[in-house]
Amino acid sequence: MNHTDEEAYAALRGCDMAPNKTAQKLLLQGAQNAWDMLSEEQSQKHITTGSGSLNDILGGGIHCKEVTEIGGVPGVGKTQLGIQLAINVQIPVDYGGLGGKAVYIDTEGSFMVERVYQIAEGCISDIMEYFPCHHDKASSGQENLQPESFLAGIYYFRICSYTEQIAVINYLEKFLGEHKDVRIVIIDSVTFHFRQDFEDLALRTRVLSGLSLKLMKLSKAYNLAVVLLNQVTTKFTEGSFQLTLALGDSWSHSCTNRLILYWKGNERCAYLDKSPSLPVASTPYAVTSKGVRDAGSSSCKRVRVM
Amino acid sequence: MANKLVSDMCLPPHLAHLLAARRLTTAKDVLSLPEVELMSLLDAGLATARDAVRHVSEFACPPCQTALALLEERVRLGGGGRLATTLCGLDEALGGGIPLGKLTEVVGPSGIGKTQFCLKLALLATLPECYGGLNGRVVYIDTESKFSSRRMIEIGQKSFPQIFRQEGLAQKMAGRILVMRPTSLSDFTKSLEQMKVTLLQNDVKLLIVDSVAAFMSSENERGTTGFTQHPLRWALSFLKSIAELTRIPVVVSNQVRSQSNDDGYHYSFEVKRMGDGVGAERLESHLVAALGIQWAHAVTIRLVFESHSGQRFIKVAKSPMSPAVAFPFIVESSGITLLNDDGIDVSGPEITSIRCQGGSQKGA
Repeated sequence: MNHTDEEAYAALRGCDMAPNKTAQKLLLQGAQNAWDMLSEEQSQKHITTGSGSLNDILGGGIHCKEVTEIGGVPGVGKTQLGIQLAINVQIPVDYGGLGGKAVYIDTEGSFMVERVYQIAEGCISDIMEYFPCHHDKASSGQENLQPESFLAGIYYFRICSYTEQIAVINYLEKFLGEHKDVRIVIIDSVTFHFRQDFEDLALRTRVLSGLSLKLMKLSKAYNLAVVLLNQVTTKFTEGSFQLTLALGDSWSHSCTNRLILYWKGNERCAYLDKSPSLPVASTPYAVTSKGVRDAGSSSCKRVRVM
Repeated sequence: MANKLVSDMCLPPHLAHLLAARRLTTAKDVLSLPEVELMSLLDAGLATARDAVRHVSEFACPPCQTALALLEERVRLGGGGRLATTLCGLDEALGGGIPLGKLTEVVGPSGIGKTQFCLKLALLATLPECYGGLNGRVVYIDTESKFSSRRMIEIGQKSFPQIFRQEGLAQKMAGRILVMRPTSLSDFTKSLEQMKVTLLQNDVKLLIVDSVAAFMSSENERGTTGFTQHPLRWALSFLKSIAELTRIPVVVSNQVRSQSNDDGYHYSFEVKRMGDGVGAERLESHLVAALGIQWAHAVTIRLVFESHSGQRFIKVAKSPMSPAVAFPFIVESSGITLLNDDGIDVSGPEITSIRCQGGSQKGA
């Protein structure tokens, strides 16, 4: 083969690829260079949490292709945030959302459909507020913004044992292949059954790390966000008991981002404990009748059920 | 589903043989092993092990529903289903009352009115539907020997005179309440196990456990800090599954214990910023629920009974659909009565605190 450089170049162009891309393909199959990753990251949309300041500390919201763990004491709003994300991921592309679907894996039985409906209504009414012009058009054509359609976009699994939890995560691979529009998987909570009845702690750690690897893989393969809600426990360190997220130290390596929800005086706050790209930060947020919102923005803090 | 037999799964024959030969008979056996250990146990390659896991997982996985289907089912079964407490303000805050199919916890210091609340609920559940009841039987697990039939009838006569004036109705209503008095933890777990089968057959519409902490505090003194209370964890999952399976409300009461300092209330990242600003708070000895944080995670609704500033309050401390609100109440001959139905908005973590100061301790 006696090609000149120019001929080779022309041949590469024929492949309809940038020359360095081809070189990269030849070097290591499946690898991606850092520059491409950056541009892909920048074009990627994030899932809004409903609170602007919470989005800010998360770098725009919950990221696809990443595993985010959210922990906190009972009643601080973990499930609320989980439901909120399941609704927000469905905001249509026209309104700046992802227009995806959600998988909600409920291990605790705390998923209340009435509340989901309420949060969906809150989300729609906020969309209408931000896009008043779209609203005018809506009367003519787009009438798909109904709470019912948001509810139809949440695939719900109720898990009653850790075996089922392992099974469902294994099964997700197939399920997500059949439902390619799923953009977020929420597990509420990843802890419950494993703390309940798993005897052998060393085995538990290995099984859990296997699960987290699978979830990490799913998030990359199907370009979706994985959100794990976790309970808290007390841990004895430096002479006193402190709160910490459950499942131990080795588990804490298995998520990309870790967000801790806590009370600070009379405010609910979120603390970004771990992130590969963002600084540690905390911000207040609120849970209103419409769902998760900025602290102090809402005039009606009381949730009312009809 | 966890105990589903591998032999019932219609696996490809070679996999079925392989698993049977290694005595992996249930989904639980197969799935609770890490991949590598499964490989070495089966003496097979990664592909075979993965194949087995994939097949078993698909069978063991519970069915998927959309939230919409869930809502439609809820509507079909009668609007979510609540047991009204007849305390108007509280009912409104809870969206109609104690939800069916969920675990509701009542926690507070002794003598505050938890048992009074439970007695009233028991009575309400037996009433005919036209009076807002569930028209069914009630199982009342009384671990502290506090159940008093006389008091219950008194509450009934005072709060529903029109019903209880009818001849023989008091007897009929009280006859529907089955009181069980387990004497030990093993007794308790045994009766729970029995119940699973009989609840549905006997038209039981409410399960009350008063109190669930009794055995824990007597038998497991040190168990409160470390989470070593295995039988209790089992009871917890079991009560939850009973609630969901039979779609009845399960109400448990929980005791309190005092905690001398703030240990276990803050994350490590908070500690360094707090300084001594909290010194004043620490002087007040505060109460915490007797069963630790793990229990608190698991209940769907938590009602805190407390007393301060000379009044008693019911607070909706945890609920997925309610505002943080407190209602002042008194205990009178007709049972618990709210002083007003509007409630007081509570902000911040105060909603979960349990206080016991100066509340008039009349009538236990």
